[in-house]
Amino acid sequence: MRINFGYDISRPRAIDLDNNDLRKSLDIIAELPEVESCIGCGSCTASCTAGNLTQFNFRKLHTSVRRGEYKGAYEELGKCMLCGKCRLVCPRGINTRALVMLMKRKLGDF
Amino acid sequence: MVKRVVIIGGGAAGMQTALELKARGLEPSIIERDIELGGKVRGWHILFPTFTSAEEVLRPLVERVKSERIRCFLGQEVTAVASDGVMLRSGERVMADAVVVATGFTLFDAHRKQEYGYGLYNNVITSVDLERMMKSGRVTLSDGSEPRRIAILHCVGSRDEKVGQRHCSKVCCITGVKQAIELRRMCPEADVFNFYMDIRMFGPGYEELYREAQERYNVHFVRGRISEAAETINERIQIKAEDTLTGRPLRMTVDLLVLLVGMSPNYENRDIALSAGLPLAPNGFFKAKDSFLGAVMSEREGIFFAGAATAPKSLADTLAEASLTASAVDAYLKRRFNE
Repeated sequence: MRINFGYDISRPRAIDLDNNDLRKSLDIIAELPEVESCIGCGSCTASCTAGNLTQFNFRKLHTSVRRGEYKGAYEELGKCMLCGKCRLVCPRGINTRALVMLMKRKLGDF
Repeated sequence: MVKRVVIIGGGAAGMQTALELKARGLEPSIIERDIELGGKVRGWHILFPTFTSAEEVLRPLVERVKSERIRCFLGQEVTAVASDGVMLRSGERVMADAVVVATGFTLFDAHRKQEYGYGLYNNVITSVDLERMMKSGRVTLSDGSEPRRIAILHCVGSRDEKVGQRHCSKVCCITGVKQAIELRRMCPEADVFNFYMDIRMFGPGYEELYREAQERYNVHFVRGRISEAAETINERIQIKAEDTLTGRPLRMTVDLLVLLVGMSPNYENRDIALSAGLPLAPNGFFKAKDSFLGAVMSEREGIFFAGAATAPKSLADTLAEASLTASAVDAYLKRRFNE
């Protein structure tokens, strides 16, 4: 029987690459290999219309997904308005808008 | 009379300087503390960014030094330097009209970063150990099996005040990218993760190689310095870092941890500097006269520098600088002897 003490222990915040399932992430990369060339500069986040108004951070979000952290990503992606400014500023020429659509398609069940 | 130049160090910088001086009709001699010419490049397998065999660069240099009959004092150490010659440990003096300090660097001793367990854990190796393994044709773990998951840590002994190494060693970033690609080629089954603070791709073709590592070889780049490594019961290595791009701690277990060791100044720099009256830079490397027009000159007339004695440099930079040193020495001798 599980006793309710009125509190719970915190889940570890660490990204656990030993147990994370990277299959979805590899799937995404296979469909849009240019994602791998990201250098984490944050231009996408800086220019983001949604990020200007909410906590939405596209750099963090897609990096997390690549590490196999899928939980909540789909809902978070709902904040994107697909304006495409991030695509204009990406120094590696990544089609970030296509990445948003692709992640939504792949991560709907998380 | 033919003017004599003594060069301290028989690595790439020393040999190239000697060859260029000889071509200018001067009489160079090389003093090398090892019993063979070649210096650090001897331990390398292939070179960034073109994957040229190190042997392909080294062999012509050594052969030409021999065929040009440049006098080499092998297995000899220099204890004191002046602008008119050097003193060897044997007590012998080698007189000259100019001196070139081409003493290079010392590899950072990875044991000093105890948190990574080099020397304690069998599957923690340095970039130099890896280079040796690659030269032998096979990369294996301590039990002889092939690694499936490899982490490469940048900046070991670079940009680290805790071990007195404030400077950036310049070449480790590109070495890390090169080795990651080599590992993916030699062990296609293995996943490779590079942990970095910054990726400094300063040379021609380097950025392109970085991109190739990302896109073609699927190397994972994680921005964050590994804070510690610990061995698991089956000799795997558990590492902790912050994935600073997601702002979260990250943990993983790898089969092999490669430490990209930086360049330290030679311990002996202090003795040479003291005897010759040369200043050292705060990082312990020799201080050049200035960063622009006097980059190969010292504060003392008649004493010159070539290669990594003054700062971490790539092999390409070293070879280019050595030619510059030879031309500066030649100009100095002409001016001094009114030729």
